[in-house]
Amino acid sequence: MFEKSVAELGLALSARQVSAVDLAKLYLDRIERHRDLNAFLDLRPEVTLAQAKAADARIARGQATPLTGVPIAHKDIFVTRDFASTASSRMLRGYMSPFDATVVENLANAGMVSLGKLNCDEFAMGSSNENSYYGNVLNPWDKTAVPGGSSGGSAAAVAARLAPAATATDTGGSIREPAAFSGVTGIKPTYGRASRWGMIAFASSLDQAGIMTSSAEDAALIFNAMLGFDPKDSTSVDRAGEDYSRDLKRGVKGLRVGVPKEFFGEGLQPDVAKAVLEALQEYVRMGAVLVDISLPNAALGIPVYYVIAPAECSSNLSRFDGVRYGHRAALYGDLDDMIKKSRAEGFGPEPRRRILIGTYVLSHGYYDAYYLQAQKVRRIIADEFQQAFRLCDVIAGPVTTSVAFGFGEKAADPVAMYLSDLYTIPGSLAGVPGMSIPCGFGAKNRPVGLQLMANYFEEAKLLGVAHQYQMATDWHRRIPQGFEA
Amino acid sequence: MPLTSSDVRRIAHLARIEITGAETDQTLAELNGIFRLIEQLQSVNTAGIEPMSHPLGGSQRLREDVACDKPDREASMKNAPAKQDGLFLVPRVVE
Repeated sequence: MFEKSVAELGLALSARQVSAVDLAKLYLDRIERHRDLNAFLDLRPEVTLAQAKAADARIARGQATPLTGVPIAHKDIFVTRDFASTASSRMLRGYMSPFDATVVENLANAGMVSLGKLNCDEFAMGSSNENSYYGNVLNPWDKTAVPGGSSGGSAAAVAARLAPAATATDTGGSIREPAAFSGVTGIKPTYGRASRWGMIAFASSLDQAGIMTSSAEDAALIFNAMLGFDPKDSTSVDRAGEDYSRDLKRGVKGLRVGVPKEFFGEGLQPDVAKAVLEALQEYVRMGAVLVDISLPNAALGIPVYYVIAPAECSSNLSRFDGVRYGHRAALYGDLDDMIKKSRAEGFGPEPRRRILIGTYVLSHGYYDAYYLQAQKVRRIIADEFQQAFRLCDVIAGPVTTSVAFGFGEKAADPVAMYLSDLYTIPGSLAGVPGMSIPCGFGAKNRPVGLQLMANYFEEAKLLGVAHQYQMATDWHRRIPQGFEA
Repeated sequence: MPLTSSDVRRIAHLARIEITGAETDQTLAELNGIFRLIEQLQSVNTAGIEPMSHPLGGSQRLREDVACDKPDREASMKNAPAKQDGLFLVPRVVE
């Protein structure tokens, strides 16, 4: 049953071939057997089974949606009423939210059953999941490799089939990079499509929720329930709901696939290049046309990002003061001392580093030189995407320069770690939808991801283009060794 | 222009994060590494370019100024590290 897609599970549930309770038990059992991956931070079987029971009752009443009774797990960046919400930080250890994030609520309203909360980099800051206060997540394909980050638990859980789907978030690549490293399908929608209400904020002009699944078809199905206007999020886009599955069956004949030359330059490892180029040839075989395009300033995305994201992070994380919620130091003097000690103890090294950078670039006398300049270069990069989309329908290229790296390989050097998001950051800065789909294996038999991006609000097209590839190939169906039974 | 130890101490104070002497040196080295990366932006000609604060531009949406869900005081305070009589407790600030 666990090898079935979300769509297939929905059908099996509505045909009463399996009950939601049995399905939940099956996945909880798999999670238990693979605890060594450290993908989950909070499990409460009684909560999961109660939700499953309610789903079964809803199916019996004939009020099911295609997702009713299908299990899902949530990145621990979304606050949840029934599970602890920690952002993988010591700061929020044991925090119980008084409400559910809108994304969580939307999926629960569709009848999805929550399996628990997933490990990630602390406050979603990182590219390897090594920044979690609660320990590393292992890559199911190779337990000596990182799963990617920041949504590392989401990627590992879906890869190992511990959950048929998992929510995730992307600020500079935190869905696409772990999806690529862990060989799963991951998509971030256009900025503003998913509600940020209840998503613990990191960089508000970039943060966007998305989903990880084993196929584009499943992602489309979940987007239908997950996305939509939310009056509680001031950056939520007020547009009518749409059917994200509508273009799945549309062929790619004549589709113009833009290939940015900047994504194939120095630094791209030959094994990744080979798998990605082979995937592009698959599109050509299916009738698509490759078009050379250029995103000349894409590489400046990294410095832009490391001004804007820390600046917004320093502002967002100022709410953690040890007064209303979160960690409070045991010993302190006056109020200022209490706040300083609580924040020093509660935040790990990466959030501390980013808060300091952000505080500096926003401080008096530096704002124009750093923050404003970064926002201007951000516009240049976003405009280059619009130039490119005049020549092509989708953009395709690698997600990462290499396959998943080993634990500790980049952990000591923040700048080396930052460079791993070279190909994902530009799309995040522009705010366009982007995804990663499995397209083969590289060095040490670790997965390679193909990145696909489309223009604003073109998720349906993007999902269709991905689905067509997945109809012609079976990379997305592969299950890592040790998880097939 | 590289940062100095006193810059790091000043920034840490502004950010309200306690930093020890030993941490200052390591943080200084890391921040200077990151700022070398960021400095690339200084050479980009951005004359006449509007800063982009948000991918979809526009202005902040405002809602009608009417009463809506009232936060539940008890639920909102249940995670407070120290509280009493419906109030958050902090060290004395007025003698």
